[in-house]
Amino acid sequence: MSNDATNHFVPVAAELLDVIVETPTIRTFVLRPARPLRFRAGQFVQLELPGLGEAPFTPSSSPQEPERIEITVLRTGLVTDALHRLEPGARLGLRGPFGRGYPVRRFPGQDVLVVGGGVGLAPLRSLLHHLFADPQSARRVSIQYGARSPAELCFRRQYDDWARRDRVTFRATIDRPHDDWDGHVGLVTTLLDDLDLDPATTYAVSCGPEVMLKFVAWKLRDIGFPAERIYLSMNRSMSCGMGLCGRCNIGPYYLCKDGPDLCYADIEDIPYALG
Amino acid sequence: MTPTRVLIDRSGLDALIATLAAQGYRVLGPTLGRDAIVLGDVAGTDDLPVGWTDEQEAGHYRLRRRDDAALFGYVLGPHSFKRFLYPPRQRLWSVSRGSGPDLEVRAEPHDDRPLAFLGVRPCEIAAMRIQERVLTGGEFPDPSYADRYGRAFVVAVQCTEPGGTCFCASMRTGPRAGTDCDLALTELLGPDRHDLLVEVRTPRGEQIVAGLPAREATDADVATANEALARAEASMGRSLDTEGIVELLERNIESPAWGKVADRCLACANCTSVCPTCFCTTVEDTTDLTGQHAERWRRWDSCFNRDFSFIAGSLIRHSTRSRYRQWMTHKLSAWHRQFGTSGCVGCGRCITWCPVGIDITHEVDSIRNHERSASTFHTVGGRYR
Repeated sequence: MSNDATNHFVPVAAELLDVIVETPTIRTFVLRPARPLRFRAGQFVQLELPGLGEAPFTPSSSPQEPERIEITVLRTGLVTDALHRLEPGARLGLRGPFGRGYPVRRFPGQDVLVVGGGVGLAPLRSLLHHLFADPQSARRVSIQYGARSPAELCFRRQYDDWARRDRVTFRATIDRPHDDWDGHVGLVTTLLDDLDLDPATTYAVSCGPEVMLKFVAWKLRDIGFPAERIYLSMNRSMSCGMGLCGRCNIGPYYLCKDGPDLCYADIEDIPYALG
Repeated sequence: MTPTRVLIDRSGLDALIATLAAQGYRVLGPTLGRDAIVLGDVAGTDDLPVGWTDEQEAGHYRLRRRDDAALFGYVLGPHSFKRFLYPPRQRLWSVSRGSGPDLEVRAEPHDDRPLAFLGVRPCEIAAMRIQERVLTGGEFPDPSYADRYGRAFVVAVQCTEPGGTCFCASMRTGPRAGTDCDLALTELLGPDRHDLLVEVRTPRGEQIVAGLPAREATDADVATANEALARAEASMGRSLDTEGIVELLERNIESPAWGKVADRCLACANCTSVCPTCFCTTVEDTTDLTGQHAERWRRWDSCFNRDFSFIAGSLIRHSTRSRYRQWMTHKLSAWHRQFGTSGCVGCGRCITWCPVGIDITHEVDSIRNHERSASTFHTVGGRYR
């Protein structure tokens, strides 16, 4: 695939190098784009299956590895079903990166609270890569993660590594009690009751199902977070990625170019912004 | 040097069309369709709807014979020039599988021929500029729009007889054409004359006019045109009250007016199809039967379509109320925040072509009236951003 790099409608070819099974319904696809795809943590790409369509995903890999992009995908629809059937060697297309990414420039000297739900931990992992790579990128990192059951915990093999790090706290919870689980039980919002963080010097970033985002935002407001310090990943209705198709318009924003992570202060009064 | 204002007659207009065609332009303008004036290829003035006019009201459009041979004696049909700059269906790229595993992607090439638009009304010119801003003014310009609009030759026709649903004067987009055209024509039609005043607006327009059979325009001709335009400005079919409209709509996101208009709205998307600034699209992928070839097509979509707000498992706007509100608040309010202008140019097409005659100018009034009556008791609405 060789194309005019200024025509962002046209995908760049990418070879599928590896497929990592994360959970029964989540897989990570390791891709090598024909030219390095440089992105900032939280920016997203459109992953193209020729003839079938494309879908937006925020890479779960490190922004410092633009030659090797990892995309972690929950099987949920037409494109993602087809993706889950692919084997290494397949050829795909990538467009992007699009969006603004996480507000990482605000993080140095501040604590960062990362709240994930289900496959929502995937975009947040690119942020974690960023935060882990540079001790100056933030003060402390608190990761609070929830999944429905032990089998659905994404990136489970990496939790020990995260939790061992200086400055990093990691906690996981599952929704309902389970024989294979002796950790915290309850929705992810229950983890937010006893945080060792000062809302005045902390930024909260959350990604997960929309209903979870809504309750996380409300919970954070309850425990004293200003809306200006809450960022929600609206990884949802993006199509062209460039603010041209109109699809992801909410109030004065296009989620694709003004997000996908929007400051809660900007959307809390927009009807239906959070479903 | 060619004067910046000349008079031509019908044969001069034929010469203008021929000159543009000879220079390689595809000339497009108003033509007589079966029951409406539609845009199409124009080889000469015989292709124009000469001697026709259009009668327009909310939910009403009829062609009528005029008792003269006016060349531009009608206003706007359902088509806008958007359909040529930003086509209803457009291939974006195609991909083929070769003998090996690699994919070969081809971006869609640009058109060979540049476009020339004849009979462009001032509101249409404003719409083109708005779309240019939306589609090419950001970080990711649409290459096909930039190419087509960048090369297009625009012959405006200023409006001396506004239609029943026109409200360009209140949107400050007409009836006079600004500088965003190459030539601006005004038809001067009287008992003893039939001329077109041609005002040159660009060097490239000047170059074209230099070769036309033309007479010098006198100050009296210019005064006649100006009088006609002033009369037009004062006789618009409608007006839209834009006072504080950005904040008005932001404040009234829960107004009962939305429910009332939704009771009539069919969510048919006619208004967005005829709107010269609506730019929402969707994409479709197609394959051939061998599976060796696939294409990505873009086509017009509409915020009135239920599926438009559906991606990845959720629907944001379930009701007609929420979709009408999305359309109007975006067009008249959020558009300002995003692009620094209104998304409405006052062409009136959404009023004419609405099957139930919903009138955007009345809907704004309705929101104002609800706010006024509600504020007698308490403050309505919340902070919107």
